[in-house]
Amino acid sequence: MLGKLTIEAVPYHEPIIMIVLAAVILGGAALVGFITVKKKWAYLWNEWFTSVDHKKIGMMYIIVALVMLIRGFSDAIMMRSQQMLASSGGQGYLPPDHYDQIFTAHGVIMIFFVAMPLVIGLINVVVPLQIGARDVAFPFLNSLSFWLFVVGALLVNISLGLGEFAKTGWLAYPPLSGANYSPGVGVDYWIWSLQISGVGTLLTGVNFIATILKMRAPGMSLMKMPVFTWTALCANVLIVAAFPILTATIAMLTLDRYLDFHFFTNDLGGNMMMYVNLIWAWGHPEVYILVLPVFGVFSEVIATFSKKKLFGYTSLVWATLVITVLSFIVWLHHYFTMGAGADVNAFFGIATMIISIPTGVKIFNWLFTMYRGRVEMTSPVLWTLGFIVTFTIGGMTGVLLAVPGANYVLHNSLFLIAHFHNVIIGGVVFGAMAGITYWFPKATGFMLCEKWGKRSFWFWITGFYLAFMPLYILGFMGMTRRLQHVDNPLWVPYLVVAFIGAVLILIGIACTVIQIAVSIKNRKQLQDTTGDIWGGRTLEWSTTSPAPFYNFAHEPQVSELDEFWEMKERGIEQEAKKPYAPIHMPRNAAAGVIISAFSLVFGFALIWHIWWMAVVGLVGMIATFIVRSFNYDIDYYVSVEEVERVEREGRERRALPSARTPNDTVVQG
Amino acid sequence: MANNAMTSHDGAHDAHDDHEHHDTNGLKVFGFWLYLLSDCILFAMLFAVYVVLSQAYAGGPTGAEIFELNFVLVETALLLASSFTYGLAMLGMNRGDSSAVIKWLMITFACGAGFIAMEIYEFYHLIVNGQGPDKSAFLSAFFTLVGTHGLHVTAGLIWMALLIFQVKKKGLTEVHRGRLMMLSLFWHFLDVIWICVFTVVYLTGVML
Repeated sequence: MLGKLTIEAVPYHEPIIMIVLAAVILGGAALVGFITVKKKWAYLWNEWFTSVDHKKIGMMYIIVALVMLIRGFSDAIMMRSQQMLASSGGQGYLPPDHYDQIFTAHGVIMIFFVAMPLVIGLINVVVPLQIGARDVAFPFLNSLSFWLFVVGALLVNISLGLGEFAKTGWLAYPPLSGANYSPGVGVDYWIWSLQISGVGTLLTGVNFIATILKMRAPGMSLMKMPVFTWTALCANVLIVAAFPILTATIAMLTLDRYLDFHFFTNDLGGNMMMYVNLIWAWGHPEVYILVLPVFGVFSEVIATFSKKKLFGYTSLVWATLVITVLSFIVWLHHYFTMGAGADVNAFFGIATMIISIPTGVKIFNWLFTMYRGRVEMTSPVLWTLGFIVTFTIGGMTGVLLAVPGANYVLHNSLFLIAHFHNVIIGGVVFGAMAGITYWFPKATGFMLCEKWGKRSFWFWITGFYLAFMPLYILGFMGMTRRLQHVDNPLWVPYLVVAFIGAVLILIGIACTVIQIAVSIKNRKQLQDTTGDIWGGRTLEWSTTSPAPFYNFAHEPQVSELDEFWEMKERGIEQEAKKPYAPIHMPRNAAAGVIISAFSLVFGFALIWHIWWMAVVGLVGMIATFIVRSFNYDIDYYVSVEEVERVEREGRERRALPSARTPNDTVVQG
Repeated sequence: MANNAMTSHDGAHDAHDDHEHHDTNGLKVFGFWLYLLSDCILFAMLFAVYVVLSQAYAGGPTGAEIFELNFVLVETALLLASSFTYGLAMLGMNRGDSSAVIKWLMITFACGAGFIAMEIYEFYHLIVNGQGPDKSAFLSAFFTLVGTHGLHVTAGLIWMALLIFQVKKKGLTEVHRGRLMMLSLFWHFLDVIWICVFTVVYLTGVML
């Protein structure tokens, strides 16, 4: 009846997990109770859960990502403390069985459920506004994408209390992830959480390519697109090109595990190195899916706060395109030790080094943008400066790892761990923080408290260097990754420093939480009534903050790169005189939530081999799609009176005091 | 027509497709092309895997031993014919002749269903003879590649049945025209994939 699911699936003999679980359940119950008491369920359902508004969907992505960041970071600090305690003979407090799940969950969560939704969330909030569109190309699909992603995140979290998570490392290499060596449900949780959220990501890719290519405001040719939109376009092209590889690869692993196929098994002709090739053919483009959009964020931030046009826009766009193409021909550098031979390794080593050229071009773009600009030291700029220094170091260790000979020595060592955290934290996390701070007023109508933002930055960057520089040294000293315990007193001092670094990062995260709380509390003083709080250059700053649900009352006409800057030079006022026209908008849709709920049932049932329930989930998904296809009333027109009312309120807001006006150089709060 | 809906939103409700943007179908078809691109990559992966494993027989049967070209030729003919009849359905749509659309879609459906029935028979036959996907990596890759194509055709059939019903009920509205165009792309795409399957799997298989 319930397949493999029994009461034994609850890890009640593991006190750490049970305490966490109790906290999660109590916290969740408190939240549910609070919403119920405040009678906010209808509001949440109507205004948020079923919303197809790209801005709300983007905000929900970011909220889920920040919650998952706390989960992923808990794993990180457990690993750091375990290694500190268990490197000179002690056993630490995490048994191997648990430790292996923690490092797997950490990688999976941080990449798929933190970095990806931060980037996709920013793209959602910003891109339609930047191109002067009123929504994305397929608003319903956007809602579905988000909820499929939520299902993936839920499955990972369910694994905490029911069963186990994979103990294989974040990419689940076979044969270890095969049915023989991982008979439990851990790998199945991994499979279905990634498969379901991966479908959502693929749909996002399709959606945003169509949005950017087909829905730009009149006059915005490709080379007049804001840089963030360009990088988002390239990232979404990579999603459409790379995620099917992940889907196919995981599907084959699924067949191996469930139906006794032999793609990647030891016996009967299976080839496990083919899995490694396939997963990295997706995995390498994946890192550029994460990092290209944040390159766009830094470009917007640095141009705005230097009060200058971005230096070398054209070269930056071409550098992005070159990286997009090259990202598909470097995947083998993740396993030079496979033994493909000197020629193959040389090809991939050189291709990898070549990628550093367009990336280097970008570094100079940002430096020269600041050169002779009046750079305002706001927190988005601090994150950007921190990024430029940190990412450059990470890039250099990456080039070192691209030398196959050096790679033979360093592969699977902590040097590698330090390298990719160097580029992912220094790049993606810092970029997401810069982007969230920068666009927060546009999404919510008030800015984030600068004081706590700067504190967060300084703790993050100090913590980062303390946590990861020792890992480079430990890598050189021969310490490999994923060690639950080891007896080498020489390593302990470095591990202690790394742990202290992790604690500082924890304080940095706490600062961000406080920053958000303080900013919500002080939202009156921090409000942006101008719509253009930073003195921005691109179209998103031409509408009010928060942007009305239809984004723009009049479709913007574009004639320049940095159109809004030019508009301000010309004088905006004449724009407001034109009469309003009704605006075509999509209706909210519950189908995305319902289909995703059935996909949760489907995934959960397959993890636990509850076949009847899997059928229910699958039939439910298809039936909901079919029912939805009979709904022809999926959009409507916003009346002229409604547009007039919203615009009038926007104008009245502009008369109120603002936390900052575009010409301010002093930041309050 | 669109202007009516713009002045009165309530009036648009019963006029079903009036309130669509005139370029909505263009956008949807463009998005569908992007989806097909991603599907193409999915199949490219499965083909690559098949080629890598195409001689990993592991003591099991080879392609030459299990493939019956005449049988597959009939399957191919059915699928190619269904692409042609789908084209005739689209010509009917362009004339605005919904009964022709329904007629040709039903014939297309019959061909597609025949193809799937033959494929199921082929798979069943292999499995009961002990030549199922659990016997060797070659058979795993074969069943997965051909089966994934079959699943796509099945999804197309469900979609087609739905569209036949919807066109019958509400006629060739703008929304339905868009859906017919997208299914058309999907159907022809699956035909192209099948040509590759026929060549890479069956024709090459009997020669190895």
